[in-house]
Amino acid sequence: MAHPVLDIDLRATLRSPGRTFTLDTRFQSSHTCTALMGPSGAGKSTMLLAIAGLLPQAQGHVRVHGATLLDTSASVNRPTRERGVGMVFQDYALFPHMNVEQNLLFGVRRMGRPLVETERMRVDALLEQFDLQALRNALPRDLSGGQKQRVALARALAPAPRLLLLDEPLSALDGTLRQRLRAELAEMLARVQVPTLIVTHEPRDAELLAQQVVHMEDGRLQSPKARLAQDGLAGR
Amino acid sequence: MLPPLWLTLKVALLATLLAGVAGIGLGWWMARRRFPGHALADAFLMLPMVLPPTVLGYYLIVVVGRNGVLGRYLDQWFGIHLMFTWQGAVIAASIVSLPLIYKAARAAFEDADPRMVLAARTLGASELEIFLRISLPLAGRGVVAGLMLAFARAMGEFGATLMIAGNLPGKTQTLSIAVYDAVQAGNDAQALWLTLLISVVCMCVLMASSRLLQAQH
Repeated sequence: MAHPVLDIDLRATLRSPGRTFTLDTRFQSSHTCTALMGPSGAGKSTMLLAIAGLLPQAQGHVRVHGATLLDTSASVNRPTRERGVGMVFQDYALFPHMNVEQNLLFGVRRMGRPLVETERMRVDALLEQFDLQALRNALPRDLSGGQKQRVALARALAPAPRLLLLDEPLSALDGTLRQRLRAELAEMLARVQVPTLIVTHEPRDAELLAQQVVHMEDGRLQSPKARLAQDGLAGR
Repeated sequence: MLPPLWLTLKVALLATLLAGVAGIGLGWWMARRRFPGHALADAFLMLPMVLPPTVLGYYLIVVVGRNGVLGRYLDQWFGIHLMFTWQGAVIAASIVSLPLIYKAARAAFEDADPRMVLAARTLGASELEIFLRISLPLAGRGVVAGLMLAFARAMGEFGATLMIAGNLPGKTQTLSIAVYDAVQAGNDAQALWLTLLISVVCMCVLMASSRLLQAQH
């Protein structure tokens, strides 16, 4: 049997003064792009951190195309740098002291060894694919919102990740710009064909970008049935 | 007149280097980790800034003196003597300037956007690479400011240096000690020259540092 694209079962308890948050989610997806939807504070971003290996207390398992990144029952917990998970942060987290090209190279070239020709070509291809050649030497502070998004996406794709995580990639934008970038993002995702999990609280984003939508609230997934009942009530 | 200047610059430079490596490393560690005794460790690292230099000098004698807890073995195993040497002056100056670098570096590392480190990790970087290519450059301004202050502090170091390295002209007599020596001997002309010299050098350091910091932004 073919492995699902995503097979996730994650549990974690986060404690901060006056608040305890429990994450308890499991789902599978056989689609290239899955959207994780829910109100803010539902634990969507926490879930992305856990998948990327940036949440040390996470329990459970994470499998991408059958490759195990985390399985606490079998004591498997690959460090973030070996997971091959590309991440686009909410306001992009581009390295401010590096230009566009250096941002892209960061995930390709490791310190202390020269750049291999194939890596050079990969970065050049990404610059071209995302229409960034003219901005090669620009610093992040000189980029527009849309340009930053393209750089962030290209940077995340540069090391050829097995999974791409997008955390509210459109939340910093509004109005027509948002619509335009949503269409642009949908087109780019369709082109690169990397398994993607995208976090959003906008139904329109989820609808346009993803083939499967997973709803989350208060750290848990809502079953489709519960959603239907809720929607039905809300509709009356 | 010039030997004390060269000696002072040599001692201050080496002390800044030593305190720089230790202070930046400790600042990074203390900014990222929380452990039992964190506050105690922080207070201990800041101690040289508030203790009287003579008290520091006494501590140093107890530790690296000829019969000190460490000095004994330095002598027996390596034949190293720090008392009444310019190397001893370097140790004294680096201890007094350590808090300035440590505090500035820690604040700069704490100010940095934590998502930069997370992003770097997802891009496959090791912790050492993240430190060298992300954290350190992003903390650059604060770290450079701390290094400059430490250098100025090391240039002017007097009390602890006098206690551990003494006042040997041509060997351990730094500018600030030479000024004291000249005044004690009633040699006012000499004292005035030395004072002007050290003032000019310190002004140059301060102006260079502010220019450097401006150039960065």
